[in-house]
Amino acid sequence: MKQHEIQALLNEPACSHNHKSKSGCAKPQPGATQGGCAFDGARNALLPIADVAHIVHGPIGCAGSSWDARGTRSSGANLYRIGMTTDLSDLDVIMGLGEKRLFHAIKQAIDSYQPAAVFIYATCVPALHGDDVEAVAKAATQRWGVPVIPVDSAGFYGNKNLGNRIAGDIVFKHVIGTREPEPVPAAAQRLGIVTHDINLIGEWNVGGEFWNVAPLFDELGLRILCTLSGDSRFREIQTMHRAAANMVVCSKAMIHVARKLQESYGTPFFEGSFYGVEDTSQALRNFARLLGDLALTNRTEALIAREEAKVEAALAPLRERLKGRRVLIFTGGYKSWSVVSAMQDLGMTVVATGTEKSTEEDKARILALMGAEARMISDNDQTALIRTFHECRADILIAGDRYIYPTLKSRIPFLDIDHVRDIGYAGYVGMVELARQLVAAIDSPVWRQVRLAAPWHARVSKRDAMAA
Amino acid sequence: MAKIVLTNKALAVNPLKVSQPVGASLAFLGLARTMPLEHGARGCTSFNKLFFMRHFREPIPLQTTAMDQVTTVIGADGNVIEALRTIAEKNRPEIIGLITTGLSETQGADIPSTLKLFRETYPQYDDLVIVPVNATDTLGCLETGFALAVQAIIAHLIPESRNAGLCPRQVNVLASPMLTPGDIEAVKEWVAAFGLHPLVLPDIGDSLDGHLIEAGYSTLTYGGTPRSVIASMGESAATLVIGPSLQRAADLLKARTGVPDYRFDGLMGLEDCDAFTQILSDISGRPVPASIERQRAQLQDAMVDCHFHLGAIPVAVAADGDLLGMLTRFLVGMGVEVVAAVASANVPSLAGLPLDKVIVGDLEDLENQARHHHAQLLVTNSHGAEAAARLDVPLMRAGFPLYDIVGAYARNWVGYRGARHTLFDLSNLLASQRKEIPPYRSLYWQDTPRAAEIPGAAAPRPI
Repeated sequence: MKQHEIQALLNEPACSHNHKSKSGCAKPQPGATQGGCAFDGARNALLPIADVAHIVHGPIGCAGSSWDARGTRSSGANLYRIGMTTDLSDLDVIMGLGEKRLFHAIKQAIDSYQPAAVFIYATCVPALHGDDVEAVAKAATQRWGVPVIPVDSAGFYGNKNLGNRIAGDIVFKHVIGTREPEPVPAAAQRLGIVTHDINLIGEWNVGGEFWNVAPLFDELGLRILCTLSGDSRFREIQTMHRAAANMVVCSKAMIHVARKLQESYGTPFFEGSFYGVEDTSQALRNFARLLGDLALTNRTEALIAREEAKVEAALAPLRERLKGRRVLIFTGGYKSWSVVSAMQDLGMTVVATGTEKSTEEDKARILALMGAEARMISDNDQTALIRTFHECRADILIAGDRYIYPTLKSRIPFLDIDHVRDIGYAGYVGMVELARQLVAAIDSPVWRQVRLAAPWHARVSKRDAMAA
Repeated sequence: MAKIVLTNKALAVNPLKVSQPVGASLAFLGLARTMPLEHGARGCTSFNKLFFMRHFREPIPLQTTAMDQVTTVIGADGNVIEALRTIAEKNRPEIIGLITTGLSETQGADIPSTLKLFRETYPQYDDLVIVPVNATDTLGCLETGFALAVQAIIAHLIPESRNAGLCPRQVNVLASPMLTPGDIEAVKEWVAAFGLHPLVLPDIGDSLDGHLIEAGYSTLTYGGTPRSVIASMGESAATLVIGPSLQRAADLLKARTGVPDYRFDGLMGLEDCDAFTQILSDISGRPVPASIERQRAQLQDAMVDCHFHLGAIPVAVAADGDLLGMLTRFLVGMGVEVVAAVASANVPSLAGLPLDKVIVGDLEDLENQARHHHAQLLVTNSHGAEAAARLDVPLMRAGFPLYDIVGAYARNWVGYRGARHTLFDLSNLLASQRKEIPPYRSLYWQDTPRAAEIPGAAAPRPI
């Protein structure tokens, strides 16, 4: 990938990071950087496509320590759970055998697993070496009759976020628009309900959490042509251009897929989230609004009223236990305020929130939610974060998985909201689960015990004190 | 303070309870060169022997007075004498535990006068110690029978004395049957880490730990507390009593010897372990070794790591009182929600459990309670496997009998290390059968290839 192509991807007009002081994404600081590379991001974004063979073209370092580490779930096909890599050796690199090896690897994957398509993730070494992955993919597609999609995603191109964009870009260029959707099946037609086709972009079905929400879409008459990419299939991605409305779920990274769909096919989109009661209802309302179907709007309001009443009853006892508990949230972007509102909705006091990846717009929303006193943390240093936790006298830290063990070592309750978790928090039902997990984490009797000094030390220090 | 609920069912279904004679026999199986002798019909002993064999995977010395129809009616004292003589002659044990059963107790066997007659008739066996225990199976459970036997062993083998502390580094350990042989080994190491010498009574850690001996097969116990060692327990610096069922045995030991004792309901939770460690440090006058400090820190780390898996998880537990108490306190301390606790017999310690109620009942009660409260894990003996399968939840095997896994006797539950191991096992069991959000299949998928998908179909094409 050429530098100007990378720059083009970093320049995302629909991304609000682009407008204000921050431009694109911050550069990593050697020696003080956390988080993954472009390859990581690209594969993460596409791996949930369940019937595809995902081949990592590179030495074992890329796939060996990272395959099958996503919490994303499939309702059927599970080829994505099978780890595949060309496992390049010294000899491959020195003798320039990478392309040949890749070609044979594609054949083997097709022969053994009959994938709907093959995605090739080109990593640093073949990129440096100059493997023409695009040419191999083209040749392989012709030779074996299975779509082979090259994903040029060398880790050195940039961070994980860039990788997400590369993934979206590839899908838009190579997959979307290559097939027409099936007609709505007769058996799914219901009297008085017009079916609207929609897409969800940036929804990963972590822990199967989207299944909490999916039945609501069916009920409303919203046919999800494709979820990019949780529990999706290759043939569904192909039809994404036919949706009447798109939702970008909690992810800036895939926003340019929505923008390009709007530019090329005129599909309107909105950004939303399924975390929290308020957000879930808002997402459903936004679809009704974009689709301009009055009957749909009425059905949506009735469904929201019903679901909110149901979840309210389940949440009441949990709210009682969470009321006034102090929470520190450290997560980026959209979630920095959407999770804030979800926690406040549970009666908790949000003492601070992370703004590492937040835009000015996000920050304004935080201010509106938390008031002028809102403490924002932009430093992602773990030690500093834990210090802040204590300064704020917080009861629990909510953050991504890379903070889990530093936090636990500090004897601090923690809730993981990252993508590797396997507990689903989406939708109305997910909110109850989230509240349940919060109660279990904060009220765990473990914390008192792990902070307990051994009695013999307590006694010694008493003796010392007396001696002094 | 837990409320004790007696089910008062006419029918016990899938019994949890194991009889007192089994418990009493187990206590004797922890003594060296010993033969437990059950005074009852041959079947009692046959069942009990098989019960132990399946659990410990060891040959089990266990004999019967083989009461038959005639002796049951006209008196079986002769059977007792005959059995004692035969064992003394054939097996040459140092100790015979003479354990009554429901049959002999109902019959009204007069054990003291029978023993007197035996002594008069066979003075050549005066060296042999016979410890009689009244252990009717119409009362109590395994644990109470075990405790009765320990009491009897103390009464018969530990002379009244006032030599407490004569051996300042010697420490008695009265060990409840909730401790496995593996646990007893761990307790011994724990005590020894403070330079103390533990005398465990009864020491099934030495006899039923599963080890081969040079001689091969033995008709007596393969180890256990030697008679001479038991006799010296009055000279110890302290007694550590592990398990509330041994209160009366402990009282008796203290009354006979004046050795001060320290009593522990269990040794699994962090604070349980801390208390035990502290006492060992006090008795020995030594600081806590670094290795134990490390084990403590490791347990704390495991608690933090595992609390995600265990927090607020509904669990149902069934066992004898001591083990039930130790396990429930441990689980509750980890944030587990013990939604059902079933004890096999109504013992005093149940009231002190940190639960709303404890049911005295059977595994049917456990199953019903578990179903009612949506338990996600059962903790009980191997007989719980069927219930767990019906409930579609994992079973953590604990207690007696454990016949469908190997090495149950070697498993270590107590101490910082045992507790840590248990946390890992619990978490793994729960994770292995965690119920995820069920896949939702959209009605719009009808007539599309997605409708025909078979979940989990990806497998390499056969070569």
